[in-house]
Amino acid sequence: MHPAASIITFTTLSGLGFGLLVFLGLGFPPVEGLNAFIFFAVAFALAVGGLISSTFHLGHPERALKAFTQWRTSWLSREGWAAVITLSVMGLFAGLIVLFDLRIAPLGWLGALACLATVYITSMIYGSIRSVPRWAHWSTSAMFLAYALSGGALLSGQVPAAIILLALTGIGQFVAWQAGDARFAASGSTAETATGLGHIGKVRLFEAPHSGGNYLTKEMVFVIGRKHATKLRAIALLLAFAAPIVILLLPFYHMLAALAVLSHLCGVLITRWLFFAEAEHTVSLYYGRSAAA
Amino acid sequence: MTELPASTMKKLGLVIDLDTCVGCHACVTSCKGWNTENYGAALSDKDAYGADPVGSFLNRIHSFEIQPETGPAQTVHFPKSCLHCEDAPCVTVCPTGASYKRVEDGIVLVNETDCIGCGLCAWACPYGAREMDPVEQVMKKCTLCVDRIYNENLPEEDRQPACVRTCPAGARHFGDLGDPDSDVSRLVAERGGFDLMPEQGTKPVNKYLPPRPKDEQIDVLAPFLEPVAATPSGFLGWLDKALEKL
Ligand code: SF4
Ligand code: SF4
Repeated sequence: MHPAASIITFTTLSGLGFGLLVFLGLGFPPVEGLNAFIFFAVAFALAVGGLISSTFHLGHPERALKAFTQWRTSWLSREGWAAVITLSVMGLFAGLIVLFDLRIAPLGWLGALACLATVYITSMIYGSIRSVPRWAHWSTSAMFLAYALSGGALLSGQVPAAIILLALTGIGQFVAWQAGDARFAASGSTAETATGLGHIGKVRLFEAPHSGGNYLTKEMVFVIGRKHATKLRAIALLLAFAAPIVILLLPFYHMLAALAVLSHLCGVLITRWLFFAEAEHTVSLYYGRSAAA
Repeated sequence: MTELPASTMKKLGLVIDLDTCVGCHACVTSCKGWNTENYGAALSDKDAYGADPVGSFLNRIHSFEIQPETGPAQTVHFPKSCLHCEDAPCVTVCPTGASYKRVEDGIVLVNETDCIGCGLCAWACPYGAREMDPVEQVMKKCTLCVDRIYNENLPEEDRQPACVRTCPAGARHFGDLGDPDSDVSRLVAERGGFDLMPEQGTKPVNKYLPPRPKDEQIDVLAPFLEPVAATPSGFLGWLDKALEKL
């Protein structure tokens, strides 16, 4: 799948933002006053910034409000609702703390739960696409949630929790990559089933419908960079998890906290790039690209 | 509404004969023509005469080579457009309700004024049957020529999809696949019509007919051209030996 910058930014930033809001909602740390204002401002900037960036992907962003109508079947529509509801709840929780020094803890818990639900719903936009076997698996949601939680722990300065969550997410991502590599083959879709001609013999594309590219090949038969996938995976694990963990283990991590966050952010951006670039769509079977390419 | 209807009154669709298709792309051209001049946003092209031309099409012809275990390979021309699936994943993912499946005839359509151009439906379609128009930025797909098949302003013989009407080989058939007695349903039953990627669970309405098996002995004249004698004798035998010696 084509790794569009707007969607990579959207999932990365909003994931981090909602992750931070989870911890703030649960009262880790129990912020107040100016401190609370700064923490919540960062969290909202990330979450809202990500959501705004996702609209750059649309052909007709001016009609975006219509996307709220089909929540019964569409995860993308549910995502819109979840984000609005969650941000309202957390906005109220944050506003009361910042303006009136009033902390209604259950409201925060509710908000934290809503944040997790929002991240889950975002993940299901991808996890429900059966024609991309690498995504169509529960691990997609598990990883989105794990990323949000570990990033949130890191941003909210919950050092022991962050170390554990980062380590677990890193291991989880490694396993998810390995398992994901075999999933297209396991889906059973091949050039033979795509054409229904497997009973005659081995099917190979002889001539493409046209000599140039098209929307489908650009959007869904993206292959550039897959050959560097192993290197990129290693770099991503290093930046997103290993480096921040090492920094947090140092005695003077306070000064380097920003560096840990930056490193994590860069690492997550790479994993999200890979999330799209490595995802093979069944339409590639009609264009002579085997899943293993 | 992106909830799929539990059932549709008809299942209009195409039956495509892979035995007959000659790969001429006439249906691609007629489809592009009809759908550029009629219903919905025109099917645009970008940089049509430049270095990197792209354009939206609702129907494209792939050609595949099939290599059996033994014997020569075979070429099959393979037209592909929306299959108007019963369990259309492209419809349920749509956040705006722009994508829908009609109860009356099962045709899957996009209401272009509601489409936000998010592209999610194109991702959800396993077959690559939906393309975002590069100029209008709305999702385009086969409409089964909904503006022809019911169009009383057209002569009766033209009330079928442009691709079907155009195909010079008669490789495309249009009808109600929900009616077991229709011509298309009988054709599917007789010829062993099949679904594309049934494992994707989309229950396509369109069916494909397999190429007929090749005849064992295709060349009727070859036996008459066999050499009369394996080892020539008489004058030819002498000539053969004489030339050999040179
Ligand atoms: S072929 Fe693709 S676009 Fe057409 S109904 Fe099926 S899933 Fe939808
Ligand atoms: S591109 Fe248009 S039709 Fe397709 S899912 Fe998005 S809004 Fe619906």
